[in-house]
Amino acid sequence: MTTQSETGYRSAAAALPVGTPRHHLVIFATLLVLLLLAPSVLYPVFLMKVLCFALFASALNLLLGFGGLLSFGHAAFFGSSSYVAAYAAKAWGFNPEFAILLGVLAAAVLGLVIGALAIRRQGIYFAMVTLAFAQMVFFFALQAPFTGGEDGIQAVPRGRLFGFIDLASDRTLYFVVLAIVFGALLLIYRIIHSPFGQVLKAIRDNEPRSISLGYKVNRYKLAVFVMSAALAGLAGATKAIVFQLASLTDVYWTMSGEVVLMTLLGGMGTVFGPLVGAAVIVTMQNYFASFGAWVTVLQGAIFVVSVLLFREGIVGVLAKWWKKPL
Amino acid sequence: MFELLGIPPQALFGQLLLGLINGSFYALLSLGLAVIFGLLNIINFSHGAQYMMGAFVAWMLLTYTGINYWWALLIVPLVVGASGVVIERLMISRLYHLDHLYGLLLTFGLALIIQGLFRNQYGVSGLPYSIPVELSGGTNLGFMFLPNYRGWVIVASVVVCFATWFAIEKTRLGAYLRAATENPTLVGAFGINVPRMITLTYGFGVALAALAGVLAAPIYSVNPNMGADLIIVVFAVVVIGGMGSILGAILTGFGLGIVEGLTRVVYPEGSAVVIFVIMAIVLLVKPAGLFGRTQ
Repeated sequence: MTTQSETGYRSAAAALPVGTPRHHLVIFATLLVLLLLAPSVLYPVFLMKVLCFALFASALNLLLGFGGLLSFGHAAFFGSSSYVAAYAAKAWGFNPEFAILLGVLAAAVLGLVIGALAIRRQGIYFAMVTLAFAQMVFFFALQAPFTGGEDGIQAVPRGRLFGFIDLASDRTLYFVVLAIVFGALLLIYRIIHSPFGQVLKAIRDNEPRSISLGYKVNRYKLAVFVMSAALAGLAGATKAIVFQLASLTDVYWTMSGEVVLMTLLGGMGTVFGPLVGAAVIVTMQNYFASFGAWVTVLQGAIFVVSVLLFREGIVGVLAKWWKKPL
Repeated sequence: MFELLGIPPQALFGQLLLGLINGSFYALLSLGLAVIFGLLNIINFSHGAQYMMGAFVAWMLLTYTGINYWWALLIVPLVVGASGVVIERLMISRLYHLDHLYGLLLTFGLALIIQGLFRNQYGVSGLPYSIPVELSGGTNLGFMFLPNYRGWVIVASVVVCFATWFAIEKTRLGAYLRAATENPTLVGAFGINVPRMITLTYGFGVALAALAGVLAAPIYSVNPNMGADLIIVVFAVVVIGGMGSILGAILTGFGLGIVEGLTRVVYPEGSAVVIFVIMAIVLLVKPAGLFGRTQ
C-alpha cells in the first residue's frame, strides 16, 4: 500500500515527445475530413453531442492525463457554463458567440475559486474536494431563482452567429460546433506540447523533484485547473446552444463520473483517447436509452472492467500496438 | 431568549434533533470510510450504495421472509459485509500496487452497478419500512417531544461509534490494525496475516454502512438513490474532519449534523450547502482537516 505514483495511468503519455509528430498531423487532418463529411451520413444533432462531450473529456484529460489531477467535479464547470450561456442567450438576447464566451468566462472564474481551494489537498482528497464543491454548485443550480429549478432553462434561442449566420438549421450549426470543438482540441494539443505542458508532466510524474527544481508547482496546477475548467465550460455552453437547454443533469455529479469514464475508456493521457471514449459512451447511451437504468449498470461495468483489465484505454492499447504515442 | 431571536423553541429543538439524526448517519458512514481508508488507502465510493443495500436487504427480509427489524440489525451487516469481502478479494485486492485513484474509480463503477440494479428492480419511488412496535410512539421531554425511534438511532450510533473507536484504539486487534496501516510488510513479518486483516477490515467497514442503512430504513423511504447524495456530504465531512483519526470522523459527523440542523432554523435555503461552505473554510485555514495529521 505504499505510494507508487510512477505506475498506473501516467505511463501511456510518458513517451510523448516535444514538437508535433507527423502521424499526429495526419490523424488530425483525417479526423477533420471525416467530421466534415459525417453529417451527410449521420444525424447532425447526435454528432454535435459527440463533439461537445469529446471536448469535455479532452478538457478533463488535460487535467487528469497530463496534470495528474483527478477532478471528480467537472460537471460544475460544464453545467454552470451551460446555465450562464443559456440565460445570456434567452434572457438578455446575447448572440450565441457572446453567450458561449460568457459561459466560458463563468466556468473559468469558478475554476479559479474551486481550483485554488482544491489544490491544497492531493490525490484522493483532491478528487473528493472537487466532488463536494461540484455538489455545492448543484444545490445552487437547484435553488437559485434564475435557473428554473427542476425544469432548467428551456427553449434557449440558437440565435444568429455574429448577427447574420442563422443557426436554426442543424447542419449550419454542426459546422459552427465543429469549428469550435476542433479549434479547442488543437489548442489543448498546443498546451500539452508547450513548455508549460512539459512542466505539467514533470509535476505529474514527480512532484517533489519538480519543487526542488524550483517550479512553483501550485501555480502550474492552478493554471491547468482553470484552463481545464474553461474548456469544459466551452463544451457545456456549446451544448446548451445546440440542445437549447440547460438542465440539472449537466451539473449533477453523475455527469462528472461520466466524463471520467469517457477519458478512462478512451485512454488517459493520450491525445485522441478522450475523443474515442466520448464517441463510444455517447453512442452507447443513444442506442441503449430504451433500457433505462441498465445503461447505468453497463457504464458501471465498463468502469470496473477498465480499471481492472484495461487501464490504458482503447487508444492506449492502439498506441502500444503501433508503438507510437497517440 | 429564543423568542428574542424570533425562533420558537419547538422549532429549534426539532431541527436540532433532526440534525443530530443526520449527524448519526454522517458519523457512522464517515467512520466506515475512515476505517477502510486507514488500512486499504482506498476511498470507498460504493459506501453510499452499500448503505442503500443495507436498507434494502432489511426491507427484503421483512417483506419476503418476515424477519423483523431486530434480526435485520444483526443479519444485514453480516450479509452486506460478506458481499464486501467478496468485492475486496475479487477486485480491490488487485489494485493495491497502483495509484490510489484507481480504487476510487473502481468503487465508483461498483456503486453505479449496484444502484442501477436496484433501480431496475424496485424503481425510484421508495418503499415504506415501518418503525418496530417496541419503538413506536414518543416521549415528552418537557421542552420537546422525542419520537422513540429517533432517540434509539442516536443512542445506537453513539454506542457503535464508541465501540469501534474502542476496538481500534484500545484493544490488541486494533493495535495490529494500526501497526499494519503504518507498515504492512513489517507486521506481516511478525506472522500476522495482513491480507486477511485487510479483507476483514473492508468487510467491517461495509457492514457499518449496512448497519447505518438498517437504522435509516424506518426514517427515510427505502429507495435506490438514498445513498448517492448522502455519500458526497459524507465525503465533505471526511475532508473537514481529516482522515487521520477515527475520533475525528465521529465528532465531525455529529457536529456537522447539528450545524446543518441549526442552519435550517436560521436560514433554510443554506442548509444544503452549509457543510460545503464549512469545507471551503477549513481547507483555507487547515488543509489537513480539523483532526487530520499534516503529512
